[in-house]
Amino acid sequence: MPDVTLTVDGKQITAPAGTLLIEACKAAGIEIPAFCYYPGLSLQAACRMCVVRIEKMPKLATACTTTVAEGMVVQTETPEIVQARKATLQLLLGNHPLDCPVCDAGGECELQDMTFKYGAASSFYAEPKNHREEQQWSPVVYFDRPRCILCYRCVRMCGEGMDVFALGIQNRGSSAVIAPNVPAHLSPDQLAHVDCEQCGMCIDACPVGALTSGTYRYKTRPWEMNHVATVCTHCGDGCKTTLGVRSTSSGAEIVRGDNRDKSGINGDFLCNKGRYAFDFANHEGRITQPLVRKDGTLQPASWEEALSVAGSRLKELRDSRGGAALGVVGSNRITNEEAYLLQKFARTVLGTNNIDHHRTADYVAFAQALAGHADRAASLHDTLKAPAVLVVGGDPTTQAPATAWNLRSNVRQNRARLYLANVEPIKLRRQAKGFLQLAPYGYNALAAYLAGDEAAAAAAAADHAALASFREAVKAEQDLLILIGAELRGAELKRLIEFGLSIPGAKLALLADYVNSRGAADMGLLPDMLPGYTPVGSQSALATEYGAGTQPELTKPGMDLLEIFDAAARGNLAALYVVGSNPVGRLGIDPATLKDTFVVVQEMFLTETAALADVVFPAANLYEKGGSVTNSYGDLQLVSKAGDTAGVRSDFELIVRVADKMGADVRKLVPFGTSTGLRADMGQTRGAQSGEADRHAIWLAANNLEPRLSPFDPFAILDEVQRLVPGYNVLRLQLLSGNDQHLSPATPATVDLSQRRDLVSPSGDSLFTSGTLGRYSSMLGDLQRNQAQQLVQIHTAAD
Amino acid sequence: MPTLVSHPDEVKVVSRRFGMGASDIDRYLELDGYKAVQLALSQGPDQMADWIINVMKASGLRGRGGAGFPTGMKWSFVPKQSPKPKYVLVNGDESEPGTCKDHVIFLHDPHSVVEGTMIAGLAIGAKLGFIYLRGEYRYLLKNVEKAVADAYARGFLGKNIFGSGVDFDIVTQTGAGAYEVGEESALMESLEGKRGVPRIKPPFPAVVGLYGGPTVINNAETIANAPHILLMGGEAYAKLGTERNGGTRLFGISGHVERPGVYELPMGYKLRDAIYKVAGGIKDGKKLKAVVPGGSSCPVLTADEIDVGLDFDQMAKAGTMLGSGGIVVLDETVSIPEFAMRVISFYQHESCGWCIPCREGTDWIKKTLTRVHAGGGTRKDIDNVQYLAENMMGRTFCPLGDAAAMPTLGFVKKFRKEFEDYIDGHRAGTNLITLDQLVGAH
Repeated sequence: MPDVTLTVDGKQITAPAGTLLIEACKAAGIEIPAFCYYPGLSLQAACRMCVVRIEKMPKLATACTTTVAEGMVVQTETPEIVQARKATLQLLLGNHPLDCPVCDAGGECELQDMTFKYGAASSFYAEPKNHREEQQWSPVVYFDRPRCILCYRCVRMCGEGMDVFALGIQNRGSSAVIAPNVPAHLSPDQLAHVDCEQCGMCIDACPVGALTSGTYRYKTRPWEMNHVATVCTHCGDGCKTTLGVRSTSSGAEIVRGDNRDKSGINGDFLCNKGRYAFDFANHEGRITQPLVRKDGTLQPASWEEALSVAGSRLKELRDSRGGAALGVVGSNRITNEEAYLLQKFARTVLGTNNIDHHRTADYVAFAQALAGHADRAASLHDTLKAPAVLVVGGDPTTQAPATAWNLRSNVRQNRARLYLANVEPIKLRRQAKGFLQLAPYGYNALAAYLAGDEAAAAAAAADHAALASFREAVKAEQDLLILIGAELRGAELKRLIEFGLSIPGAKLALLADYVNSRGAADMGLLPDMLPGYTPVGSQSALATEYGAGTQPELTKPGMDLLEIFDAAARGNLAALYVVGSNPVGRLGIDPATLKDTFVVVQEMFLTETAALADVVFPAANLYEKGGSVTNSYGDLQLVSKAGDTAGVRSDFELIVRVADKMGADVRKLVPFGTSTGLRADMGQTRGAQSGEADRHAIWLAANNLEPRLSPFDPFAILDEVQRLVPGYNVLRLQLLSGNDQHLSPATPATVDLSQRRDLVSPSGDSLFTSGTLGRYSSMLGDLQRNQAQQLVQIHTAAD
Repeated sequence: MPTLVSHPDEVKVVSRRFGMGASDIDRYLELDGYKAVQLALSQGPDQMADWIINVMKASGLRGRGGAGFPTGMKWSFVPKQSPKPKYVLVNGDESEPGTCKDHVIFLHDPHSVVEGTMIAGLAIGAKLGFIYLRGEYRYLLKNVEKAVADAYARGFLGKNIFGSGVDFDIVTQTGAGAYEVGEESALMESLEGKRGVPRIKPPFPAVVGLYGGPTVINNAETIANAPHILLMGGEAYAKLGTERNGGTRLFGISGHVERPGVYELPMGYKLRDAIYKVAGGIKDGKKLKAVVPGGSSCPVLTADEIDVGLDFDQMAKAGTMLGSGGIVVLDETVSIPEFAMRVISFYQHESCGWCIPCREGTDWIKKTLTRVHAGGGTRKDIDNVQYLAENMMGRTFCPLGDAAAMPTLGFVKKFRKEFEDYIDGHRAGTNLITLDQLVGAH
């Protein structure tokens, strides 16, 4: 659109034609207050706070509904306008309870800010305020009705933004009140879509304290918390969440999660997990001291003892039975640095390629198929702006809520064309231009059919005409974004990607389940792949660095996850090292399988796997450490330490300490101290008040190490990651400034995908489950129970 | 059924068939019914639309709902070509207190609305018209529905009306009892099955209206005038009224008059004559105190201010509005503070709640005046009421806020002394309680 020039408060500003005046002013640094206006949602013009004086207009005009025009002359802050705003505030405050001293929003309240600015301090009403009782809408959403100023942000957020439409308006005039719509079990079609998804976006959008969070309400005041921006540990979208942290006697407790400054990769959005499901960190079942099996039971032990037992036994078993008899299981929820370190530890200290993790999508095939097309790897940002999107498989609404939010926003705001192919009628079909109902297990056939194999039509979908027109529509698109669910793997995934690459400008992404599922694969937690999808045995800088030439067994792929447990069942697994994973529980492994295996587990909770261990190390979670993670799309982001639990260590530190006890050269494992490109940690990587700094210093001194440069600092290994891992040559300045960076998978050599065993096992998480962490989140548990019961009817009669 | 009234000063155009059994289609046809629409169709498909609009423009007919927008001009704003269907919408949501003119049209001459809707449809190229009655007029719906059904039965509606090749359908609908829905865009929301809240303008209905299509929405009386105007000619109609205020209009005169009722008077007719001649003067020989000239949203006129002509421009000059033609006459027995409370109670009850100034402003004015009425008022309350009303004026999302603020300001400014006396307890025959007693009650 061409630009127009207008005058605002005597200042010439320029904005594209069609821009709303309020946005044009914002861009020019002129703030126009508004309660009901929310960028991206439909316009209301209801709060009348954004009134401005426009020349030649008879009345004050609302800046939120006026589009800029050439030559427009606008005043935004005259006495007349100030009086109008002040009067509006006086009217609001007439009924608004002045319980600011106990209100959750106190200090973060737009009504407070406006009142402060416009000074609507006097009240001239003798009548009592209208009062209504507070309501609880769900375990996480409370509605304090008298505080509501009826800006309708929540109604629009829920309907337009979330496509849930759980909220509406009841009554009229001064009796008007926001009320939940009919619960599913009372709706005529019994459709679950009228159910609340508990995302909390209504709370986020509320400008006052009317909507409050079940996890946070009345816990603390905003200014009593530290606010730490980090990445949500749950799904593969990797949203930024800001954790409100308060000091406690045992560390730092996370009391709130929210989307405080909306500056993250997720924009305005945050789902229920990012908002509420941090509480696993405070779960009473956290392991906070090392456990060592003595006389058949796990018993608390000192760090020294636990580390010695683990280190010496692992060393002994490696030396006696060889690396081939050791297995390592990594995690989807550790940082890239930890994953990298873990596989390096496995390969260079334990001397084995027997390393795997819970794979939730086939990133090896993805990387293979995209090799040489670095510009075709999509970022999460693309979901918000691609003109057309094809989603094959998956259900972003529940599995990748930020992706779903972006797709809905893209359709609503940019009229993007959304095409879905799925075996289930997933909810996003409501935004879709085309929905193709696939036959059961029809994904592989669809990939073949899209690629031109007409014979595959029968297996792909029952409706052949719909299938044909779907393919025609998709092929006619340009700059198509293709999102692929975990249903497609191996050669079939490659085939679909090759079809995608045939569409001009198409970009692709493969959606996995957890925060660092992509990073785990990128970092080589795989028996046949070194970091960056470098096949073991191929020539590469990595192989050289790891001394593969001197250890011939490392040129061959190791055992995968199932083979590791098969080996254990045969008595051929001497030791198993598990970091942040619960394969025993997930795969239903018979506990007897591991009776002859020495098991070391780094874990937060006493999971089925940890319960079988010989040594358990209490591990920090993603909210308690620093590092980087890579989301499903390959967007790399920084995580920051927010909470702190006394007695736990980061997985990074634990691996280094165990390696040290095994007699490994720590400086070689984590290049720190003297060589170039290192980062001084200023002695602050651990909480100085917890006493850990002292222990840290003692350890460093005992090992004759530079006291201010630590091998426990994940950034010490980032140089090596940048240098050696294909695709990870990141800009550290970007990373440290909190920006996401898009990475493209790179693969230096091809492998025969048809020979790889398919071990992808999607978690099948719902909106209210999240693997092991979900089991220990009481809020997610509450939400599951709430979902199961359906909402009891909420009484919102015209009272 | 209310008795029809009549007076020699009346000029009957739209009320011509009142009391003549014109609800019956045969009777309506005897009384020149459906001749206007056939006359329009006889202009030929190419000329018809422009011909109608030109006649309407020449008639000087201005919207009878209250805003007084020239009807011919409104119809001419609808784009000739539109990818979306166009609609005609008849606003029969007659809810302004004191107004009861559309009511008599629906009762006595429903076919004139049907025919007028067809004419408006021909003028803008719409194929579908809606007649929307206020929820409280549900008892009139049968009469209107019968008229529509009879027109269908004669082939006047439906496919190929009067053999012209043009199709036109009419659908009737009632509201659910909300004053707010009388606002044109709120009416469209209501008709679409949504909450009756006004829309943001622009776009205006002529461009984006009902179901997103270009829509002409007119008051029922405006629409009912159209057939008469086509038959008598625009200029002839215009001549009945004053400059820029063509024709006649229905005035519902109520309150303390001898002969209340709906009278059709030429535009520009003197308000004093309407009260004293047409309506027979003040009841029981009492003294006139005030007049609300055009429905309760219009600023009140005192007894000294009634020498004014009843047209849009003269009334605006007098600081009030012609409004919807509902003249409420108040004699000396009326307490203005109580009347003001009664008026604001209506708007407080009817405020849709969408925007803050109207929702909260009407509520606080009502609360304050209620307390004043109960005897707990202070002189400061008068200032507060004025402050509230002044800060609602022109600040609300739709005209309802103005409709509440304007009369309030009129009462407070013109009858301030009476408010003061009222608050000071100088009203005979009432036992006022004190503010202390009132506050103590809570």
